[in-house]
Parts: sequence; structure tokens; C-alpha cells
Amino acid sequence: MADTGNEIIFEQSGSYVGRTLSRPGARRSVMGRGRYTDDIQVARTLHAAFLRSPYAHARILNIDTTAAAAMPGVTRIVTGRELAEHVEPWHGILSSFVGMKSAIQHAMAVDRACWQGEPVAIVVAETRALAEDAVELIEVQWEELTPVVDKETALDAGSPVIHPEMGDNLALRQDIDNGDVDAAFAAADHIIEDSFEFGRHTAVSLESRILVADFDPSTERLTIHTSSQVPHMIKTVFAKLLRMPEHNVRIIAPDVGGSFGLKIHTFGDEVATAALSMILKRPVKFIADRLESFVSDIHAREHRVRGRLALNKDGDILAADIDDLTGVGPYSAYPRTSVFEAVQVINITGGPYKHKNYRAKATVVYLNKVPMSQYRAVGHPIGITVFESLLDQAAVVTGLDPVDIRRRNFMPDDGYPAVTPAGLPANDLSHEACLESLIKRMDYDGLRREQAELREKGIYRGIGLAAFIKGTAPSPVGYYGAGRAPIAAQDATTVSLEPSGAVLCLVGVTEQGQGADTVMAQIAATAIGVPIENVRVISGDTDAVPYGGGTYASRATGIGGEATFQAGRALRAEILRIAGVLLQSEPSTLEVFGGNVVDAANHANIRVTLAEIGRIGHFQLGELPNDVQPELSQTRHFRVKDVPYIYTNGIHGAYVELDPETGFLKLLKHWIVEDCGRVINPNLADEQVRGGAVQGLGGALFEHCIYDDNGQMINATMADYLTPMAGDMPDIDVAHIQTPTSASELGAKGVGESGVGGAPAAVLNAVNDAMMPFQRHITAQPITPQSILKALGKI
Amino acid sequence: MTELKERHEITLTVNGETVTRTVEARQHLVDFLRNELQLTGSHLGCEHGVCGACTVRLDGEIVRGCLTLAVQADGAAVETIEGVTETGEIADLQETFVERNALQCGFCTPGMLLTAAELLNAGKPATRAEIRTHLSGNYCRCTGYHAIVDAIETTNNKRLGTK
Repeated sequence: MADTGNEIIFEQSGSYVGRTLSRPGARRSVMGRGRYTDDIQVARTLHAAFLRSPYAHARILNIDTTAAAAMPGVTRIVTGRELAEHVEPWHGILSSFVGMKSAIQHAMAVDRACWQGEPVAIVVAETRALAEDAVELIEVQWEELTPVVDKETALDAGSPVIHPEMGDNLALRQDIDNGDVDAAFAAADHIIEDSFEFGRHTAVSLESRILVADFDPSTERLTIHTSSQVPHMIKTVFAKLLRMPEHNVRIIAPDVGGSFGLKIHTFGDEVATAALSMILKRPVKFIADRLESFVSDIHAREHRVRGRLALNKDGDILAADIDDLTGVGPYSAYPRTSVFEAVQVINITGGPYKHKNYRAKATVVYLNKVPMSQYRAVGHPIGITVFESLLDQAAVVTGLDPVDIRRRNFMPDDGYPAVTPAGLPANDLSHEACLESLIKRMDYDGLRREQAELREKGIYRGIGLAAFIKGTAPSPVGYYGAGRAPIAAQDATTVSLEPSGAVLCLVGVTEQGQGADTVMAQIAATAIGVPIENVRVISGDTDAVPYGGGTYASRATGIGGEATFQAGRALRAEILRIAGVLLQSEPSTLEVFGGNVVDAANHANIRVTLAEIGRIGHFQLGELPNDVQPELSQTRHFRVKDVPYIYTNGIHGAYVELDPETGFLKLLKHWIVEDCGRVINPNLADEQVRGGAVQGLGGALFEHCIYDDNGQMINATMADYLTPMAGDMPDIDVAHIQTPTSASELGAKGVGESGVGGAPAAVLNAVNDAMMPFQRHITAQPITPQSILKALGKI
Repeated sequence: MTELKERHEITLTVNGETVTRTVEARQHLVDFLRNELQLTGSHLGCEHGVCGACTVRLDGEIVRGCLTLAVQADGAAVETIEGVTETGEIADLQETFVERNALQCGFCTPGMLLTAAELLNAGKPATRAEIRTHLSGNYCRCTGYHAIVDAIETTNNKRLGTK
């Protein structure tokens, strides 16, 4: 374990770091007192509904709104062409992706719709029901165009080009070529080669996207209540698109009913809603209903990857070569782009292993489908599945157990700092420790014996492993900073000592139920030395908290946590300075402990309470010399420096039973051991991992945005797009190895995505292990009873 | 469309209080509770009866508030999360949910609690698999269900005095 010099703080009796504490927000939720955006009532609110394109690709010849506009209760109807006069279009490219192309996107389609679900016109009415009634009365004359729906042929010479001005449908090609891959393959004893298909997914947050935009013409202020992970980014982006001074825009994110990366993007319907509030000078609310969520929320994960592994006869990996193709939708998302997922796939594939020869190609093409962009554990499930599946095939060929081939090829725990095969710097990882812990917790050998015994009885069980690295807590030297995106990679916290001696803690990172507010309170209370009951955390209001990036890429604890820790330490030092003056003692002989200033030597004698410091510091300043000005608010910023990410690592184990007659799969149990560095709240960390794992399992087994040849999503309801439900899912065992990151004093890395990334690979490997006696295997997800029966040659 | 917008007067008991309102024929029970009575503890997740976020009790039975029209509740007794919180009927379950962190974003939680209360009220031992089956109409995207099953199992066992 790295020595951060803070062990004493984290382990002393007043520390809240490493302790399971419940979340105050949870108590509100169980009592029905959660306050989500739809629960907020703003006087005189109007309601928006959208006419959306029924076609994947079609020209808009005419829009007749006469009948709709005449309906009683309808306030205003605005088409995409009319709205374009009020709203700046956007361009979802970043200069850090060299050669990237995208078309300019408007909030609503102007003369052509490029996906089924693209907003075409907005109706604002007294109620949502009336607005929807009016949408049905709008008449659009369409001219259907040929959609581009197959990524495999999107770059063919004969393919229609979605945006003729771009010349072709290519968004980006990105390559990695490290070492001498060709020589390694030429010298290999074994070459494993396979192709993998991944279906499209979407986030299906239970609370859909929503905003109430409230423009006040008297002050020219735009206040937006919205379910967002990134309030400051939304403020900056909306100000730019709506031509508002940024300081006149306020974003308030109340309780957020799930986000998972969905709620970090710019959505045209949301921008249009805000624009209508400005036009009408009234509050306007839009909530995506579930059906329109399926065709307007970000999609993700549609990839085809070809992979090759070169090995020697002992099972050492000599080289890896992967070729990723993804089809992302007609526009690149703003401001994060839609190419990030493919870039992450080639960045993290084979990340835990020590081979140096690695070649990867990512090709991103545009399609007339719902735009894809970032979704929890961006790209990781794809890259991890490809590599871990190839590795299991390599284990078979070389006669090694899946555990042994991983042991043999891992970058050893004492081999860090190191660079990954993709050439990215990584430090403080623990593949070996995680694997050893996992096989013990699983009783791997016992499961293997049970598997063999049951196989004799015609019961087919499989065990799958999947090791991973996960990029967390991105730095400004990564893609966003280098690409000049308006996305903050740093974050900030302000802590203030109130007159009562309580502490107010304003954080730039945001709460979505993952427990960021609680974790920040634990860190602040520990850093300052106060009881946690005396700390109140505020987040999610751009008028109240320091500018920050919000919550994405597992950064809240790793980055916001360190900012909170440093702010807390600074406030503690200031409290001790003031106490020193009052007590005529050296500050170094004092300590803040349990909400009091005590003797540092024994933490026992209370010398002065924080309430006394607060009283004097705010009210009775005459008790201090003139040259002592208390600064009882302290702000600290933190960013990760030098490296693009703080990488984490871990390993999943899956145990499944397969019925070869029906193709049905039963998930018996799932295990995860991961290393998120210092764990602040064990229960919250565990539940992040468990929840993520089920999201990964859902993607591996059920979830799939299915399209027909016309670019129509044919299962766009919750009854048809299957999500994991309680009865489908196994119990999940979670453990942590704690290797604090050397990138911060707190030592915490991200934990929110470690469950998602590895689960699909582990379950695929388990299914293929169960099918081993039939000498068949699967490489496509979702894995369905039908695909299992097909693989077994039964249908 | 005219018939959908037709208005009807309804009188019902909500969390023990009698209310009378005039509602559109097409208004869902959950929209009525949320918009007319400001009982925002019940949520809308899908509006087609799959996710269970709108679960409320109608004459003692749990129903989907999005598949029930407000006019169907005329003369009935409706209970929501606010009501059962007030009576203390599931205080032990609520406390265990908080302790076990059996929720994250909390959007599914009121529906999940009312569904779980039905199982607890049966007063019978339930295996983890049975609890999972019972919850299979309630979608949770955050927790992965494990902690929810833990919390219900713990509460049921406590109530039955088996642990």
C-alpha cells in the first residue's frame, strides 16, 4: 500500500473514512420525500411535446401547423427551421481526435430528419396532454430518403452519404501500433482469431430526461431545473447555444433519478424547450416519455470487433491485434463527441497484461439511427469482452487453466508504474492480488470439481473470469482538455465554518444516489475534525457551488473527494491559527478533534469549541487583534496531473448453468474483486459495483435496440427492450483490494463503473465454458436462448 | 378525442382523507395523485405498466398507477407511499432499506416498498428466490437488486421472529 502520509488521519478514532454510513438522501426517498425535477412546481408553467421524425432519413417538404395551432390551450408551435433563428447549431468534434468529421447539428431538424425520433417541431400548451393532442394535428409532407443502417457497408463506394458535404460517412479512424506486431505473429506458436458483435444499448434511467426552463425577462435570467450529472457544463453549453451571458444561466439539478452517462449530453429537445421559455417568457417543462426516450436518449455499444492474439507454446501473449468498427448515428454528440467509445475500446483492450506488441484500429461511421455516445463504462465492456474471450480460447489451445493463463500474463502488481499495451501510463494496480482474492472467494477449485461432477449428470455449468482496467477520474491532459471541450476536468469544494461551529460544504461534483454527498461529508468531517452530523453538503446548483465538472467517468470521489479533503485540511489549519491566537498557543500543539480544538498531544483536553471559534470569527471579531482576519471559508481545486486517467483494475467471476435443450441460462452467482484505492464508504462502494454489474449483465443477456432495414427501432418500449429484473439476476459477492492512488493524498480512485465493464465478459466466458463439451462457442451479445440454441446447432 | 377530455366528478379516500375532484376521463390515477393532490412520492417511469415506479394501493391491492384511470378509483380507498409512511406500517422496512442502502437514485423505491409490503403482509417465510420473483415487476436500474432482496429478507425474518 502506498504511503500517502495521511494514514494517521484516516485511521484515527474520529475518522469517517472507511466507515459505512447511511445516506440522508435515502431516508427522504423511502418516505416518498424525494424531490425530482417533475416534483418542482413553477408558477405559470407551460408544457412541451415534440413532433418527431417517423423516418430514419427523410426530407421535410412542408409542415402545416394550422390545425394544431388553432387548438384551444395551445400556446405556440415552432418548427426546426423557425427555431434555428433562435438557437446556435453545434458541431460535435474535438480537435484532439485528428481528422474527425461531423455534420453541424441543429436542435431540431431543419429540412431533413436523419434518425427516427429526431425532433422536428415543438408544441407548447397548457398541459402535456393538450400538447400531445396538438402534435397529432401537425401535418408534415415527407420525402423518404434511403437510410444508412449497416455499419459494415456505410463506407462502401455505393453507399448513400448521410451528409453529402462530408464526402463519406466516416467520423474517425484511430490507430495504435506499438512494438512489432507482425514479427510477433510471425513467430507465434498459436494464433487465436475471432469476431465479436455487440448490440446497441440505451441507459433506461428510470427517471427520464426532464427540464423546467424558466426565463425571467425582468432580469434576463434563465433558470433551468433539470435532471443532470453536469450542471456547470449544461450552463456553459446552454448559454452558448441560446446566446445568453453565461452568468445569467443557472442550472439546478435536484434529485436525479438515475443517469449513467445519459445525462451528460446536449439534447436538441432540451435546448428547444429552453429556447421556447425565452421566446414565451414563461416557464416551459419537457419530460421525455418512455417511448420517445428510446428514440431520443443516447444509445451506445454497437460494435463489431475482430481480434487476434499471438501466443507462444507456453501461453505467453506475444501480441494482440484488434479492429473495431462502430456505427454511431447521424451526428456526433456535443460536446463529448460520439467517437470516444471506440477510442476507449482500443485504449483498454488487454490493459491488465504485459505484452508490448499491440495494434488496434477503430473506425467510427455515421448511420441513420439514434445518436450513440457515452454510457456507463464507455467502451470498456466491448474491449474487455474481446480480450478476455480470446484469452479463454488461448487457454484451451495452450492447455492452461483460465486462472493460470491470466496469472502468467498479468502485469505483476510490483511492475507498476508501467504503460499499458496501448501505451497509456498506469500505476498502483493489483491484478494479481485481485485474482488471488477472487479465486478464494469463489472457491474456484471447488466450483471446478462441482462443474465436473454435474457434467457427468448432464448438467452444464460454466465458470467465466474477466480481468479489466478502467479509466477513472480523467485529467485535463486527456481528450477533453486537449480537444478544447467546455468540460471541466478539475473540480472544487468550498468548506465554511458557520457561526454555530457546523460546516457547510459546497461541492462541484453531483449526487445521483450513488452517495457522493455522503462521501464528501465523510471526507470533510475527517479532514477538519468535526462530527459528521455537523456537516451539510450542498451540490447541484450552479449559483451555489464552485464551478466543476460534475459526475462522469467515475470522478466524483477521485477528484471531488480530493478537493474536499484539501479544502477541509485548509479550514482545519485556519481554525488552528485562530485558536492559537485566542489561546496564545502554538497551532502545532493543537488539533481539531470531535468538533473542538484540543491538545494535539492527547486529543483530550478541550481548549476551545468550534462554536466558540465560529462565534468569534463571525460576530465578536473585536476579541481578535486587528491584524488577524479569520478566513473561515476555504476553497480548494484539484485535477489529476500528467496522466490521462487514474486507472483502476479488478476481476469478475461468473457461474452459470445452461440448459442445452432450451438455451435458457441461469446466473448462479457472480463475484467481483476490484481496486478503487482507498474506500471511503464500504457499503456505498459495494453497491456501486453490484448495480454496475447488473447493468453489465443486462447488456450481455437482454438489452438490445433492434433496428430493421429501414432504420426503425422495432422494440422501443420497456415491454420489448428487456432490462434485467430481480428474478433474472444473481447474488453478487463484492470485495476490494485497496491500493491508494499516488495521484492524490486521499488515495481514492473511481468505483462507479467497475461493475459494468467486466460483467459481460465474465458471463460470456462462463457460457462458452458451459458449452465446451459441445465444442461450440458464442461471440455475440446479447446472449439469448436463441443464440445459444443456434450455436449448439439445434435451430 | 372529446370523450377522452370529458370530465367526471370523483370522490375517493386517499391516505385516509376523502377528496372530491373533477378529472378528465383520460387522466391516470398516478397523474391525478401527483398533479391534483401533489402526492409526488409515486413516480412515472414508463406509462405502460412495465416498470412499477407508479405502484400504489387501490382498496388494499397494489396496482399500476399508470394503467389505472383516476375515474376507476371513484369510491375507492387509495394509499400511497406518503400514506403508509404516515401510518408507520412499513417503518421497519424503510429503516432497513436506508441501513442496507437498498436504493440509490430512489426513483423506484416507493413502488418497490409497496410491492415488498405485499410480500411482508403475507406473513410467511420467503426465500431469496421467492423475494426476487415477487419483485420482478419493479425495475431498478441502480442497485442490481441484491441489497433490496437483503433488506426485504431481513425485515421479513425479523417480523417472523426467525432471526
